[in-house]
Amino acid sequence: MDKLLVSPAPHIHTKESTKGIMLDVIIALVPAVLVSLYLAGISAFLVLAVSVTGCVLIEHLIAKYLMKKETTVRDLSAVVTGLLLALNLPVSAPWWMVLIGCVVAIGIAKMTFGGLGHNLFNPALVARVFLLVSFPVQMTNWALSNGMFSPENPLIPGFLLGVQGQLPDALSGATPLGLVKEGISLGLTPQALINQEGLTYGKLFLGHMSGSMGEASGVALLIGFVYLLVRKVIKPIIPIAILVTVALFSGILYWVNPAQFADPLFHLLTGGLLIGAFFMATDYVTSPMSPLGMIIFGVGIGVVTVIIRVWGAYPEGMSFAILFMNAWVPLINKIKPFPYQKEVSRG
Amino acid sequence: MSKTFSIGGIHPNDSKFSKDVSIVDLPVPERVFLPMNQHLGIPAAPVVKKGDTVLVGQVVAEAAGFVSAPIHASVSGTVTDVGLYPDFQGKRVQTVVIETEGDDWLDTIDRTAQVKQEITMVPKDTFQKIQEMGVVGLGGAAFPTYVKLTPIEGMNPEFLIINGSECEPFLTSDYRLMLEHGQELMIGAELMRRVLGTGVTGVIGIEKNKPLAIKAMQKITAGYLQWKVVPLKKRYPQGGEKQLIDAVLGRKVASFALPISTGAIVQNVGTAFAVYEAVQKNKPLVTNVLTVTGSDPKIQYNYRFRIGTPIEDVLKTAGALDAEGNLLPHIAKVVNGGPMMGKAVVNMKAPVVKSTSGLLLLTEKETKRLEPGECIRCAKCFQACPMRLQPYLLYQLALAGRTEELDEYRVFDCIDCGSCLYACPAHLPLLDLIRLAKNTSLKNIRKK
Amino acid sequence: MISTLLYTVLILSLLGGLLAVVLYVVAQKFNVQEDPRIDEVLEVLPGANCGGCGYAGCRAFVEAFVNNPERTDLFCPVGGNKAMQMAAMVLGRDTLEQAPKVAVVRCNGSCQVRPQLNVYDGSPSCAVVADLYGGETACSFGCLGLGDCVQSCAFDALTIDPETCLPVVDEDKCTSCGACVKACPRGIIEIRPKGPKNRRIFVSCMNKDKGALTRKACPVGCIGCGLCVKACPFDAITITNNLAYIDPDACRLCRKCVAVCPTHSILEINFPPKKQEVVHE
Repeated sequence: MDKLLVSPAPHIHTKESTKGIMLDVIIALVPAVLVSLYLAGISAFLVLAVSVTGCVLIEHLIAKYLMKKETTVRDLSAVVTGLLLALNLPVSAPWWMVLIGCVVAIGIAKMTFGGLGHNLFNPALVARVFLLVSFPVQMTNWALSNGMFSPENPLIPGFLLGVQGQLPDALSGATPLGLVKEGISLGLTPQALINQEGLTYGKLFLGHMSGSMGEASGVALLIGFVYLLVRKVIKPIIPIAILVTVALFSGILYWVNPAQFADPLFHLLTGGLLIGAFFMATDYVTSPMSPLGMIIFGVGIGVVTVIIRVWGAYPEGMSFAILFMNAWVPLINKIKPFPYQKEVSRG
Repeated sequence: MSKTFSIGGIHPNDSKFSKDVSIVDLPVPERVFLPMNQHLGIPAAPVVKKGDTVLVGQVVAEAAGFVSAPIHASVSGTVTDVGLYPDFQGKRVQTVVIETEGDDWLDTIDRTAQVKQEITMVPKDTFQKIQEMGVVGLGGAAFPTYVKLTPIEGMNPEFLIINGSECEPFLTSDYRLMLEHGQELMIGAELMRRVLGTGVTGVIGIEKNKPLAIKAMQKITAGYLQWKVVPLKKRYPQGGEKQLIDAVLGRKVASFALPISTGAIVQNVGTAFAVYEAVQKNKPLVTNVLTVTGSDPKIQYNYRFRIGTPIEDVLKTAGALDAEGNLLPHIAKVVNGGPMMGKAVVNMKAPVVKSTSGLLLLTEKETKRLEPGECIRCAKCFQACPMRLQPYLLYQLALAGRTEELDEYRVFDCIDCGSCLYACPAHLPLLDLIRLAKNTSLKNIRKK
Repeated sequence: MISTLLYTVLILSLLGGLLAVVLYVVAQKFNVQEDPRIDEVLEVLPGANCGGCGYAGCRAFVEAFVNNPERTDLFCPVGGNKAMQMAAMVLGRDTLEQAPKVAVVRCNGSCQVRPQLNVYDGSPSCAVVADLYGGETACSFGCLGLGDCVQSCAFDALTIDPETCLPVVDEDKCTSCGACVKACPRGIIEIRPKGPKNRRIFVSCMNKDKGALTRKACPVGCIGCGLCVKACPFDAITITNNLAYIDPDACRLCRKCVAVCPTHSILEINFPPKKQEVVHE
């Protein structure tokens, strides 16, 4: 350098970058992706591939031709959205549904607001809820089959032809939460239903394939979560707040009337609670920034989730709960942190 | 669990490359430049004129007010000019220039290396000596030391904290002082403690990444009843006055309040050493220790320098200049001070001054700012801020020029530590604008 | 079935009635009586909300204007004389005409002539640079070229010329609101009368250093030599701190100063090119 560089202090900077953070999230999602590949084989791969490429492509096209600015796909945030969206879909989702999801997630929920950092709601969740409301049958009828690696995988033709995979009855079914909800409305006790379906906690935790791809295995999600904690990408406050709230709230209900309400552990292990708590609610952009705000946010999600699960029309409420609390984030962020030291003396 | 401050903080790479290099004397420069604003407060008033001959230690400028300090000649020779010269940032400052002839010191100064242990001077005279000898805080702010030792009505000092944390990466001058001159600076610290009052407890705070210094100082303080060493967990900005008081005592300084309001006074180890020299050796503040360092393993030194030595001369001795006097090509930035709070050097002809703690040589890769991206609200700046401010928000407000809200969100509490800008993964220039907003806010508040 | 219908209708009607009452009470209680002329005057003003008049916004200005007929200094720089006359007509009073003004940039040290000594690597903001140090060149008075003024201009009248790195004022768009004057940390921009036929002469330099220092930093800086002061037949030029200033009210645009300035730091705007001087032998 022939001329000295000059800038205000500080003169050194962290090696972290937005891209690095996104890469960490992608790495953290790898276990969950592997489990879904193991359980659903090629069909899971197809959904993942279409979702990720779709999201990246749409973001690139919108940035370049609609917003006329430099493409923003290099920060990898679109890849994260694509992965999360895929993990929020059933393996039996046909290609056009995945693509619609991409358009909604990136086009509507993210780029309309101005791209990365400006969106109010978690893009992947907006897409999931959009699809859930638009195609309730496809989105809630899940494939139960194991070992779908063979070319005769019954889901592949469905995926390609754009119709819901035609499954023999034995291979499809409702989610555990759906089963319980339906059973309760028929007058059965949750415990009896769980026993009847053979849903042991071990099975729920390690991996079952009745639900969207990312909901399959609690342990895979936990590994990813621990990775994020170790890398200091996220703080554990929001997930802990959500889990504790759900456990407490559903625990009280269970304690009041075990015949009508499922036990807390069942609530914790089923549905999108873990993926939601670990990966969706902790999304930087759509979650509060202060520890106190994070607690409020987490508790809110927990309460709303249980309310929807127990009294709502849908068996699962995690995605609605997170979106609902997303809307509160700007308000929660207005809470001022405690000042360093309150008394102002001008001595 | 060792102690540290309770809010925020970051962990930049230590990079204390020069920590095992002993302090050596820099050659006496051919010419020194003595700026009149080497301390915080009112600039000193020159008492010499062109053509005067001076000896080392002779007063060339008197303190010009309560918050001010005298300046002494650091070389012997002839005053060749008194006028405006650009400082290291290119701002014009009243400066006394002395052309060196020989190296003759005032004969009142004790130049022997022998450690003078016994304290004979009474606190009142000690206080006056510190003032006369131009001692200022050598931790960076250069606040005149005697002002800090002046009692304030209604605020009783309970603790004297000697700041040996040296939390800035790269710098090692304080560390070397503790290892090589532990005894002397301990005497200086004890002198200050006696000025504050016999009931005051002395504490030396040292970060744990300097185990040798902790051991050395613990050994020395064993001979002093009222002193103890507190090892601190490594964390930036531990050396900030407010943070250090919090780390050592668990007390927090309120906005606009003086640190003494918590009963604590903080002095740097370098200042303690300067006090020792001033009082026991009758030597004014004409030399100090600085670190010349960077990632280049050939340029890592600790020097004792004459105050007023041109930066060029220091870098030349360190081998950072080529034959034609230009900086080596891989050095992109020269920083006066540490990498977190130091200031970039523009003018290499300008001198190193009383409070210069280091000259840091950074490569383009190490220091060049990256293209700023979008804020993803990761809150890393919020988590890093030791004053519990919301830098991302202050930055937005400053961009929009919303002054009133900036005050509402306490922009005036900012201590300029740079943690937010360091921590931002989107590389946003947070502190650049917050610093500006803070200065405006403080100006407005003072007006009221 | 019928009862459900009945209840719904009843409850909704009751609710409607109740809310209507609340609305009425609130509207009555918080009703603010306002001078209707304020809105009328607002109509005829351009409504740029730029703050150039010194008030927080157009409404605040108009309130002051309507309520203080004795104040003749109130002037909307954006609307100019025309708008002020119309405003005065609305109120049925006279208004003083003011000479139209325009912003001028008092720095001539383009990046082609002013040598760059270091590379600034912080936020692209003049205010940040000015707070930090002397700038990329040796002149610590001149334009920093990062465009705080461009940012501040609500009328798109300022642009940074990529060739000279200096701001350029678009005379037609400039409303002389003064936002750029406030935005410039170096105080380079001045609001001056547009002058007859838009012709004006000013010293395009702010360097207060001694002549030798100025010359070193920038070849087109004012060195305070005083030749212009001697050349001026109307005593319009003064030198303070080694810097010449032309009083726009005293200047008669004779252009004698422009000719004598050794560093060409006095600029003439919108003059026709000088006629070839006939050399008498």
